[in-house]
Amino acid sequence: MARQGEPQGMDYLERLPRRVVTLYLPLAILVFVLLFPFYWMTTTTFKPDEELYDYARFNPFWIVHPTLSHIYKLLFETSYPQWLFNTIFVTVASTILSLFSSVCAAYAIERLRFTGARYVGLAIFLAYLVPPSILFIPLAAIIFQLGLYDSDWALILTYPTFLVPFCTWLLMGYFRTIPYELEECALIDGASRLQVLWWITLPLAVPGLISAGIFAFTLSWNEFIYALTFISSSENKTVSVGAITELVEGDVYHWGSLMAAALFGSLPVVILYSFFVEYYVSSLTGAVKE
Amino acid sequence: MMGADIRPIAVRRRWIARLADDRNFLGLVFMLPAAAILLVFLAYPLGLGFWLGLTDTPIGAPGHFVGLANFVSLAHDSVFWLAVFNTTFYTVVASILKFALGLYLALLLNRRLPFKSLLRAIVLLPFVVPTVLSAIAFWWIYDPQFSIVSWALIKFGLLHQYIDFLGQPWHARWAVIAANVWRGIPFVAITLLAGLQTISPSLYEAATLDGASSWQRFYYITLPVLSPIIAVVMTFSVLLTFTDFQLIYAITRGGPINATHLMATLSFERAITGGHLGEGAAIADAMVPFLLAAIMFSYFGLQRRRWQHGSQD
Repeated sequence: MARQGEPQGMDYLERLPRRVVTLYLPLAILVFVLLFPFYWMTTTTFKPDEELYDYARFNPFWIVHPTLSHIYKLLFETSYPQWLFNTIFVTVASTILSLFSSVCAAYAIERLRFTGARYVGLAIFLAYLVPPSILFIPLAAIIFQLGLYDSDWALILTYPTFLVPFCTWLLMGYFRTIPYELEECALIDGASRLQVLWWITLPLAVPGLISAGIFAFTLSWNEFIYALTFISSSENKTVSVGAITELVEGDVYHWGSLMAAALFGSLPVVILYSFFVEYYVSSLTGAVKE
Repeated sequence: MMGADIRPIAVRRRWIARLADDRNFLGLVFMLPAAAILLVFLAYPLGLGFWLGLTDTPIGAPGHFVGLANFVSLAHDSVFWLAVFNTTFYTVVASILKFALGLYLALLLNRRLPFKSLLRAIVLLPFVVPTVLSAIAFWWIYDPQFSIVSWALIKFGLLHQYIDFLGQPWHARWAVIAANVWRGIPFVAITLLAGLQTISPSLYEAATLDGASSWQRFYYITLPVLSPIIAVVMTFSVLLTFTDFQLIYAITRGGPINATHLMATLSFERAITGGHLGEGAAIADAMVPFLLAAIMFSYFGLQRRRWQHGSQD
């Protein structure tokens, strides 16, 4: 929100009618379009079937008799709770693994400056550009050979391939903003490198760690192609894969339950996001600024 | 106790302590977890992918080297060329739309507004929510019988019958592009907004005093300052759009009659659904040159603006 004294440009020169046409109206249309699918997802979730498929008697934009039956069906007649649990487990485990390896790597590249650190940094950036859609076929072969097929570990170990480059790159930028003098002081006072990292650098890098962690969490929650390829049995699936492969029975689409699945699969990330919007935005913009 | 030991510090330290302070040794240890993950699960598969493209490997069994046979058969495969066309069309159209609408939204959000940070948080939602799950919502919005879009258009008297969004090739292409644009706008808008916020308002004030129109202010101040960020953002956007898989898989699975198959979905279908890992890998390999070209084009093409403007000064 606008604070007093902040430069506001020349917007004060505009009269209200003009502002409505050039600013509020287009903004309202864009925001409406961006939010409509979520509104539609939510109303469908709570709408009974006779309203869902009868636009003549019921206005589709409203819910006349809200119902929990779709949610009940989803939670008690499908493996949805199990998929949700798998997603949480895989996401948390791969995020922690990636954060740990990224902190170490970023510290080594940015602060230890070992021989060839710059080239390793460049290689990490290039790794960031390798898309999962060209990796999943050879990865499937490797996962199969390692005997990890259809297990949580197949995902926990492969998600870091896109999380580690991203987090390392972000944390490298963050470590750069921490004054090196602080570390030098500690080194002169006799602290070891590990102590410096643990007691000086990491506490100062907490905002960067949160940014990287939140972003890594949402990225692995959103992951689809690896989960679709490496997991086959229903009880090991993640929410995205389970929703698309198991909730559709032949030609019968249970739109109420499908939308409930989409809604509850989205809510955890949205809630987490809402608490850490600033961190999320800073990691998003930090990632493209370099 | 301290005073008793008069030996030089360097001698007292054991070799482990010395090793623990060696930059190269420590660097190696610190790099180990990340390097292990990236070498085993990124670098090796990347190389293996090129090798698999040259073999006839089926799922779960070793294959034989077949040279360029996969690529030769792909060159005569009309579905493959259709996928190449679809991917190019999808990437070009969706990227242009995302850029135009995203920049427009960023410019709107950069103006004086109440609840600015709340709006910014809301606008980013489509990007945060899992793509597959929002794609399922789009699938429902595009339902042939119960599409809310068709219903609303008919109610307003703009249409007379329901649109078969996903049944006709061109309808389906535009439908998935719309869903992709919907998801991509927030990313472009929020990152460009961060760039816009760094431009000093006094530049615009000075330009206005010199008689610049709002279009001139945009073209001569906003665009040049923003162009480095635009180049990076659009490169990422092109990369993500070109390799898109989730959205297509969730909404159309490549149908109707392969009209929306992208190279990524086709390679999945051939490799995993069809069981021909080698052929699928060949399609994925074929994406690489296109991908590099797309990245080069968007990065250098957009970056060029900067030195053009720089050389004018």
